[in-house]
Amino acid sequence: MPKFLTNINAISWYFLMPVLFIHFFVIAFPSILSLLLCLTDWNGFGKINYVGLENFEELFRDRIFKKAVYHNFIWTIMFLTIPVIVALIIAYLLTGIKRGQLFYRLVYFFPYILASIVNCLIWRYIFHPKHGLGGWFENQGIDFLSKSPFAMKETALYAVAWVDMWHFWGFLVIIYLTGMYQVDESLYEAADIEGATKFQKFRYITIPMIRPIFILSLIIIIIWSVPTFDYVYILTMGGPAYSSEVVANHLYSQAFQRMNVGYASTIGVMMFFYVGIIVGFFALLRRLGWEV
Amino acid sequence: MATAKFRQRSSYINHSILFFMALTIILPLLVLIFNSVKPVEEFGSNPLGFPSEIRLMNYYDAWVNGNYTQIFFNSMTLVVGTLILNLTVSGLAAFSLAALNPRGIQTVVVGLYLLVGISIPAQLYILPLFLMWKSLYLLDTRIGLIIIYSALNAPFATFLIRSYMLQLPTELFEAAKLDGASTMQLFTRVALPLSWPVFLTTALIVSLNVWNEFLFAITFIITDDYKPISSILFAFQSRFANDYGLVSAASILMAAPIAILFMFFQRRFIAGLTSGATKG
Repeated sequence: MPKFLTNINAISWYFLMPVLFIHFFVIAFPSILSLLLCLTDWNGFGKINYVGLENFEELFRDRIFKKAVYHNFIWTIMFLTIPVIVALIIAYLLTGIKRGQLFYRLVYFFPYILASIVNCLIWRYIFHPKHGLGGWFENQGIDFLSKSPFAMKETALYAVAWVDMWHFWGFLVIIYLTGMYQVDESLYEAADIEGATKFQKFRYITIPMIRPIFILSLIIIIIWSVPTFDYVYILTMGGPAYSSEVVANHLYSQAFQRMNVGYASTIGVMMFFYVGIIVGFFALLRRLGWEV
Repeated sequence: MATAKFRQRSSYINHSILFFMALTIILPLLVLIFNSVKPVEEFGSNPLGFPSEIRLMNYYDAWVNGNYTQIFFNSMTLVVGTLILNLTVSGLAAFSLAALNPRGIQTVVVGLYLLVGISIPAQLYILPLFLMWKSLYLLDTRIGLIIIYSALNAPFATFLIRSYMLQLPTELFEAAKLDGASTMQLFTRVALPLSWPVFLTTALIVSLNVWNEFLFAITFIITDDYKPISSILFAFQSRFANDYGLVSAASILMAAPIAILFMFFQRRFIAGLTSGATKG
């Protein structure tokens, strides 16, 4: 065997080749294509014309895109608050009980493993005006939820977010619980001796001690809420009247209904830059020694 | 005494809060289960409760009208194909990063590359990928989707398997090398048999991801006969919009394999799905 083939350094590269090849082929190469195509007005068939930053100018004038960005922003804020607060409280309560803890953990986590389409069908039925909760209230003679919240402009986005949060918050419970069990028990004992209340222990011991996991969970939420697509697409298709349109949805309809390749790529590039800035920002903070 | 009583009362409050939150999850799931065995006529008068008569015909209808034999086969093909391809490439890479050259430049470069890959939103590359797949005749084929799923799950699988292989004692590899084992034999005879637990965990999570995947499934498979269960169910909700019994039964047929696996392997599922977040 020639020497370069037995060299451990070369061999270790051979073992890496398959994964690098498939990953480059499916993710890296098309991503690079997208970065190039955003400078063109290609529609998928005809000639490819270079148009410079025209797509970006158009994007900043695009009313629907602005609306979608705003909805993504609301979406992120909602996910950074409601599930996080609920999961923190529930995880903290769970650390206090022994009997039934496993049962609760499994129940809370269960929706997380269900497919988005199944979760959506469950809640579409429950929020159905004639059936579900609306029908049940109607049978009792109460006029409540007589319109589907998915079909009303004012509530569509929040109703969709509700379903996604219902599916997601159990994941956070498990993560926070893992963090809380890593906290040194003696800290709580010392606090008990000092006569600290439950809330004080939560505020001054639990929260600071799980900070690394907590911050990481926030980063995950911010990054995951950028490409959010399934729930909006299945439940409302962005409607009614774009009231629940998110960026990923706007891109999808530009890409696969109108075949505006250049324009859709531009939206994808914007999403990528945004995620890149978020990741870079936290990497920088970590580099600077700010413990996150 | 007073504190004990106070403790007891506060523990009742804790339990009732936990129980209430559990109900918010259990009740919607129960509604789905009830609906799947409810006769169509009963939906108006009894939208949420237990059906007066259990009708298992809904499942039969979903299976036959929905052509579920074919669809299950499609989804299973995607799962098995992805497992074979993904675990092979990820296992090889993890072995290289963990055992062959753990402190080499590869670990940094490849680690960074895969990390960047994770944070790229799928929307950036889905359209060029679609056009590539079209020109390579991979569009609307199951093998095309298997390649995509393998790549999407590769970073996660590589990191998870690597973190386990790092804990294997290096003496084992040294000893096998002295006995004249080739590098490939180190992988197949030493590393693989010792790290089956992490391969099982990875396989479960990858199966879950593939089974539930929606975006690529609706985009890359156009012919009904090749569609996996998630995109068929999506088509169902408009095709049988008012037949809630049938749609609910079809949903349960989709969720059941995952739910059963979850019952058997809860710890692996939970550990695998939260590994990225808890190991940081």
